[in-house]
Amino acid sequence: MIELRDIKKVFNQGRHNETWAVRGITLDLEPNRVTVFKGPSGSGKTTLLSMIGALSRPTSGRILLDGRLLSNLPERFMTQVRRGTFGFVFQRFNLIRGLSVLENVMLPAYPLAPEYGSLRRQALGLLAQFGIENKAHEKVQWLSGGEAQRTAICRALINEPRILIADEPTANLDSALTRELVGLLGDLVDLGKTVLVSSHDPLVFDSARVSRVIEMRDGLLAGGPAC
Amino acid sequence: MSGFIQRQRYLIDYTLAALARRPGKQVGLLLVYTLIVFLLASVMLFTQSLRREAALVLASSPEIILQRLVAGRHDLMPADYLDRIGRIRGVSAMRGRLWGYFYDPTTRANYTLMVPPQSSPQQGALAPGEIQIGAGIARTRGLEVGDVLSLRSARGEPYGFRISAILPQETELVSSDLMLLSERDFRGFFAIPDDRVTDIVLTVPNPREVRKVAEKLSLALPDTRPILREEILRTYDAVFGWRQGLVFVLLGGSVLAFVIFAWDRASGLSGEERREIGILKSVGWETGDVLRMKFWEGAILSLTAFLLGYLLAYAHVFYLSAGLFEPVLKGWSVLYPDFRPVPFVDGLQVATLFFFTVFPYTVATIVPIWRAAITDPDAVMR
Repeated sequence: MIELRDIKKVFNQGRHNETWAVRGITLDLEPNRVTVFKGPSGSGKTTLLSMIGALSRPTSGRILLDGRLLSNLPERFMTQVRRGTFGFVFQRFNLIRGLSVLENVMLPAYPLAPEYGSLRRQALGLLAQFGIENKAHEKVQWLSGGEAQRTAICRALINEPRILIADEPTANLDSALTRELVGLLGDLVDLGKTVLVSSHDPLVFDSARVSRVIEMRDGLLAGGPAC
Repeated sequence: MSGFIQRQRYLIDYTLAALARRPGKQVGLLLVYTLIVFLLASVMLFTQSLRREAALVLASSPEIILQRLVAGRHDLMPADYLDRIGRIRGVSAMRGRLWGYFYDPTTRANYTLMVPPQSSPQQGALAPGEIQIGAGIARTRGLEVGDVLSLRSARGEPYGFRISAILPQETELVSSDLMLLSERDFRGFFAIPDDRVTDIVLTVPNPREVRKVAEKLSLALPDTRPILREEILRTYDAVFGWRQGLVFVLLGGSVLAFVIFAWDRASGLSGEERREIGILKSVGWETGDVLRMKFWEGAILSLTAFLLGYLLAYAHVFYLSAGLFEPVLKGWSVLYPDFRPVPFVDGLQVATLFFFTVFPYTVATIVPIWRAAITDPDAVMR
């Protein structure tokens, strides 16, 4: 269970370009579901997800993960939580060019220093699960959009996180690939994962695999607080 | 501990893969870096080796050389000064020496002519009319054993010498321009009277007595000056040090260019590199992991360049006789010795070179990365 209590986030505080991206959100997010945050650009979806995923801290408010306060942890512990609990799929995939698919997938596990053979087997297993094991040794810049997307999902899952966060994952995909992706995210819920997605794509938030849709606007929940 | 090593292995693995992504850029940097280390290490190895060689040669030379001065200029020494010196406590042996210089207009080089001491093996081997010559003279004049070398004596008459031997190559640093001849020939050639010698050398086994003996000599023979071996060594050190400094100044420009190049390369983080750091942090790398990875990047590059540069310098100095610097760093005579220094590496010198090449580059790489790595990783979400 993820609990958000009066979360606010301001950028460039005190300067002429001060921006309130999130302006007070209180919310509970249930495990083992696909939850979609929808809303137009600038509504605060990405900022909220980055705070939930311990990529940044709120300016004020509290984030609790299974009752444990997450928002005031020192950087080192935040990284540990991020590495062990969350997997990320970014809008532009954010794969590292010049490295192979396999290397990209194994990357998040390097700081944990597992035994190389088992890590490699696990990465190849994930690639096989998502049907791209034949691309393991190709450089990521030569992949199609769908293949890059699957590679990004495999990378997000390598440390076996409980929660997968996907930020606008369908922004660069056509309709067929979008439906396929939503199906894959649904499959992850079947495997016991919690999936949080930001999207303004109806193919995503209207999908039957999505359990809950939370609408955001101007840094607030549309229609008032939702718990 | 094994976890730590395994982690470093992963980081190095990633670093190598990252380096291989821009091979042209990395190879270019490596070449320039290697060249700088090669030049600096060559100069250091060569001067160090020359100093050491000179010290080894001088180790067997007498502790004190006594010269006579007339009006502040070196003059021939009356042989009876040996008797006037008498017995000084601490001096185990003394003898008069005969040596001098001869300018050969044919090769436009100065030769050093010398009568070997009574005790040396050359003395017995030298019959009147015979000489032994250094390898430099033999090379320049195209001489071999058995040939006759004719030189113009002090009286203006030609003086013929038959070459009985060529001095061994190992001593070429000091014997390249040397001619050994008998006392009779030397006196005859330079027209030096029988009661004169060039200088007197004294052997003082106890180093702590050398200065006291020199003091006594100055008092007993006020028209002479004692020259101590330690002073010669110091002069050699200064001469080689000065030459080394000269080359370093010349190299200074290229070193500076490299520093600017390396700083620009290392400190100017490209947008792609910043993005990469953001990605690594967002997928769970700590700031420390990013710094360690970049440390390995700098260390691999600079260590490779250092090792390559140093090995090339070693080969250049000890196997190719330091062809690039020979004229500046040797060349105290017109006859350049064909001299191969004995391989010798000074640990302190290696450490100094390492500190001034590897350390700055690694630091220059780390600092900007640290600035980028401490920022929140959510930048990659935008």
